[in-house]
Amino acid sequence: MAKIIKNRDIVEDRWTVLTLAANDTPQTVRLPFGPVLVPLSVWQARKEDLVRREWDQGTAFGVWLGPSDDPAAIAADLEDFSVVGVLFPKFTDGRGYSIATLLRTRYGYRGELRALGDIGRDQIHYLHRVGFDAYAIKEPELALASLDDFSEAYQAAANQPLPLFRRRASH
Amino acid sequence: MYRYNDIDRRIVRERVAQFRDQTRRYLAGELTEDEFRPLRLQNGIYIQRHGPMFRIAIPYGHVSSKQLRMLARITRTYDRGVGHFSTRHNLQLNWVRLDQIPDILAELAKVDMHAIQTSGNCVRNTTIDPLAGVSAQEVADPRPWAEIVRQWSTLNPEFAYLPRKFKIAFSGGPDDGANVRMHDLGFQLVRDAGGELGFRVWVGGGLGRTPILGEVVRPFLPWRHLLTYAEAILRVYNLHGRRDNAFKARIKILVKALGIAEFARQVDAEWEFLKDSPSTLSEAEAGRIAAQFESPDYETLPRLDASFEFAKRRDREFAAWVAHNVHAHRVPGYAAATLSLKAPGRAPGDATAAQMELVADLAERFGFAEVRVAQTQNLVLPDVRLRDLFMLWQLLRDAELATPTVGRIADITACPGGDFCALANARSIPLAQAIQARFADLAVQDDIGELKLNISGCMNACGHHHVGHIGLLGVDKQGEEFYQITLGGAWGLEASLGSVIGPAVARDEVPATIARLVDNYRMCRRPHERFIDTFKRLGADSFRTAAYGAADNASNDYERETANG
Repeated sequence: MAKIIKNRDIVEDRWTVLTLAANDTPQTVRLPFGPVLVPLSVWQARKEDLVRREWDQGTAFGVWLGPSDDPAAIAADLEDFSVVGVLFPKFTDGRGYSIATLLRTRYGYRGELRALGDIGRDQIHYLHRVGFDAYAIKEPELALASLDDFSEAYQAAANQPLPLFRRRASH
Repeated sequence: MYRYNDIDRRIVRERVAQFRDQTRRYLAGELTEDEFRPLRLQNGIYIQRHGPMFRIAIPYGHVSSKQLRMLARITRTYDRGVGHFSTRHNLQLNWVRLDQIPDILAELAKVDMHAIQTSGNCVRNTTIDPLAGVSAQEVADPRPWAEIVRQWSTLNPEFAYLPRKFKIAFSGGPDDGANVRMHDLGFQLVRDAGGELGFRVWVGGGLGRTPILGEVVRPFLPWRHLLTYAEAILRVYNLHGRRDNAFKARIKILVKALGIAEFARQVDAEWEFLKDSPSTLSEAEAGRIAAQFESPDYETLPRLDASFEFAKRRDREFAAWVAHNVHAHRVPGYAAATLSLKAPGRAPGDATAAQMELVADLAERFGFAEVRVAQTQNLVLPDVRLRDLFMLWQLLRDAELATPTVGRIADITACPGGDFCALANARSIPLAQAIQARFADLAVQDDIGELKLNISGCMNACGHHHVGHIGLLGVDKQGEEFYQITLGGAWGLEASLGSVIGPAVARDEVPATIARLVDNYRMCRRPHERFIDTFKRLGADSFRTAAYGAADNASNDYERETANG
């Protein structure tokens, strides 16, 4: 079983991240056993299936967004998900940082926000600042140490809605 | 100048520790080249022809005498004693060792300096007018706003992995010494009809392979909305800028693809959610930062200084230096002086460690211990008493810093070129030197008048050749160095992009070709016309004929060449 960082702990993770193979379609892809993160297209095609499965069998589900998915597409559904994932196909593709920011600050998502894909300890501090609280990350033990690479920041971000100048003014 | 507080220092120190560990892991083989590349770039390190090139940030070009002495020490200790001031106010070193860079960063941190985001696909060093705060004409001082953006853009987590680099400029106006239209995002200080201070916001400018001048995305943005509006622009760019092709990834391509109206609509849609959020600037914050840039203790001096006037009449060389390198100051009895880094036979923008130390001394003796780096790759002492100018000039002259050619043809702006840069197709420095030699005579330069000549060693255009009155672009032809000639570019408010006038010319032929272009101008000009004015009036044909002789042959060659790309 894979280990991930959740909040600030390393935990065993039972979630499966479903991806569509070339011959799969969102309508017909087989849902794996156990808790599952599905692509946006599967959520949009199979809302009733996923909700019923959770209702009947207690199988948790969530959705993951790719870098070109618009988080507005799930804004109305956020209450339904146990986890929302954001995929970084390459760590240099920074769209996920804006997607996370929007989910937290604009659409008010409060649940688990999990970073997926090509991410490592050198990204985790910024990921944390834009609102991620779970990380399916390489070498989680080492990555944990980099969460706090910086003890202060100038600008507002999802994990700190006030910029430094507004916090400084208050004391 | 902005003075660091404990938090500013802590952030820089933590960055040094972070990068020291990243470098250690890379050298130990724990990080791959691909994993390390963006990390080192965002700490100013390129891998170049001779090894790493290291770029130190000089935020909006302001450096204290103490900081300059540290730069000199680093240049001497870790490099070969010569640094290169770039067109974005930064200092580049070409002979450092990667394993020593964490130590250099630790040294820099001692004087509140760093190399954060001097490269990579992130928000880069903000640039401003060289005479900010001392210019008599400016609408308002751009420095506090540049500092506010420096802080906001430093380690901004959302915008650390943009599609491509992102360059911001502020101009105090009205003459736009910061060239806002050639930046990804440009803020020009203006006042609205009611006298409120704000910005005309320009977006989508940039040189490189696809040179485009920025367009106005918002005619007036009240100052308090600076950061939320910038955030809206960056978010639209981060989400929608192209990532499939590095050559089409700058924001200018997105703005062109959408059209400025649609781009502005998307930004406004984003801004609607951000406007008036806590990142909106407060009077208190704007005041706190502005207080750091308040006027130093200027003496009350008469507008004219007799000894200065006398020295100009007595010494023609000094008078020539004053005419070209000294600029009006808003405070009576003071002037700003450009310290030229364009001495004949030297690489444009290069300064030795000894020169840096001398300039640090001079900044303390003839000013308020502050030096500026200009986009023209020169240094500026912003607050010199008129009565001190003659003494200053003598000391500068002895150190080869008084070349009196600012704004003239020999004040060449050039990238490091093929001598140092791994991307270059051709060298820039020997060509600059050959042109300077060809036009060494000051009387000739004065007769030619204002002429901006820029050289880039490749189409990445670090030498800004598109906006030179004469631009030269290095191209490689079967291993030989050739240069395309671009005419009609211009800076600042009159910004325009030059056009290639004909086939590329072999390096040995370039100085003579430029001499023919200049002679054509001198023959055809009307009274008070600058080179660029005559070019605009006559068009390219007259100059093409002058450069290449028989027009038919030249244009045929040119068509064949452009067909080859």
